[in-house]
Amino acid sequence: MASRCPGADLPEHPDRLWRTPDPKRAYDVVIVGAGGHGLATAFYLARNHGITNVAVLERGWLAGGNMARNTTIIRSNYLWDESAGLYEHALKLWEGLEAELDYPLLFSQRGVLNLAHSLQDVRDSVRRVNANKLNGVDAEWLDPEQAKEVCPILNISPDVRYPVLGATYQPRAGIAKHDHVAWGFARALDRMGVDLVQDCEVTGIDLVRDRVVGVRTSRGPIRAGKVALAAAGHTSVLADTLGLRLPLQSHPLQALVSELLEPVHPTVVMSNAVHVYVSQAHKGELVLGAGIDSYNGYGQRGSFHIIERQMSAAVELFPMFSRAHVLRTWAGIVDVTPDASAIVGPTPFTGLYVNCGWGTGGFKATPGVGWCFAHTIAHDEPHPLNAPFSLERFTTGALVDEHGAAAVAH
Amino acid sequence: MMLIPCPYCGPRDETEFHCGGQAHVNHPNDPHAVSDEEWADFLFFRANPKGVFAERWVHAAGCRRWFNVRRDTVTNDIQSSYRIAEPGTVNE
Repeated sequence: MASRCPGADLPEHPDRLWRTPDPKRAYDVVIVGAGGHGLATAFYLARNHGITNVAVLERGWLAGGNMARNTTIIRSNYLWDESAGLYEHALKLWEGLEAELDYPLLFSQRGVLNLAHSLQDVRDSVRRVNANKLNGVDAEWLDPEQAKEVCPILNISPDVRYPVLGATYQPRAGIAKHDHVAWGFARALDRMGVDLVQDCEVTGIDLVRDRVVGVRTSRGPIRAGKVALAAAGHTSVLADTLGLRLPLQSHPLQALVSELLEPVHPTVVMSNAVHVYVSQAHKGELVLGAGIDSYNGYGQRGSFHIIERQMSAAVELFPMFSRAHVLRTWAGIVDVTPDASAIVGPTPFTGLYVNCGWGTGGFKATPGVGWCFAHTIAHDEPHPLNAPFSLERFTTGALVDEHGAAAVAH
Repeated sequence: MMLIPCPYCGPRDETEFHCGGQAHVNHPNDPHAVSDEEWADFLFFRANPKGVFAERWVHAAGCRRWFNVRRDTVTNDIQSSYRIAEPGTVNE
């Protein structure tokens, strides 16, 4: 019998996983944004803190924003202790999430290689491997031949513009199926009585003095004891309605997929220097990500020359990709902070919390940040893991500067 | 692909340019007199409008001069470009 067709392991979709309720007039907590972070936050509010009188409001359709546009890579090989703490907490939760949600997420720990192309890359990479090990994160330094053993299609020839001088390897890293992650959370939330309200755009936030009391939406006003923003690239738009300034810049981030191919690419490969990251989806598409477009944008489309550079880097690293056809390209809008780290915590307004600034890498944090953000909302103070990611750090100077260090350029 | 009107060279392909972020951000006149909050505001906080944005660009592969552009961040329509010394619409 022939080998199994790629995608044969994909589960059938049930007809309906959650209700589509009309919003009630009031909730204990309103979460703005039904992407991965909003859904995970609501899940851990219910599971860890018993708070279920919650609405998750979504302008479009559930998980139709950046959740539907990301390249689904999960890893925790960050340089700084603060980041390693948060992302490793997330990775440990990922490892139990299918059982927790009783839903197939196609979480695949196929490992990630982060390539080094210069002597400085090598030094930075080895330093990060050591930092990872000190933080209990699995990490190895591989020479080019060892990297090729992990990913046989990788071109390690020295005769290219940016030869591969080695790679860091995190075996526990991998990918998950993004839609299923959202749907798994949504089904669990629906069963716990949380309202997932789609086609409901938040247009303003109501205050009494400095206390949040509700939101204005395209489906009428909704009162709320607490309001939590998890709106990724559009967080600035919401914060602007309150005159709340956040150190965010929204940029298009593009990705693309090839046609469906036989299984050729067994792991995840990322390169900071030539800036492309590649994995093969469960169905068989090659999924390629790039860097952000340099200018601010909300149009969910980016510049063609970014794709050209990304493709030329990919073809040099993987010569066999030169015959693959691009199936589609798209862009999400990512909110980038000055230190390339997220902002998760309270705001100067009582009862208003923000989870934003994830830039190009929010998906991998989904369960971990949901856990911490739920704690922050329930106790009105940050969890120890997200305390370093406060808004105040831009005034105190205690930045978590992951530019480059985080194994991907921003 | 955007066609960016350099005030010195005329319209050129966006690949000739680099974007330098928000325009009209002034360095504090007396850095020693500003508070931590004001200093953070100058260093890290920028407008991020969904709409018209005044920003700096440099014609890196051309005349290498900086200038300002007013661009809609949703449609990428460029409303005007003007030299650094010329007044523009300051972002809120």
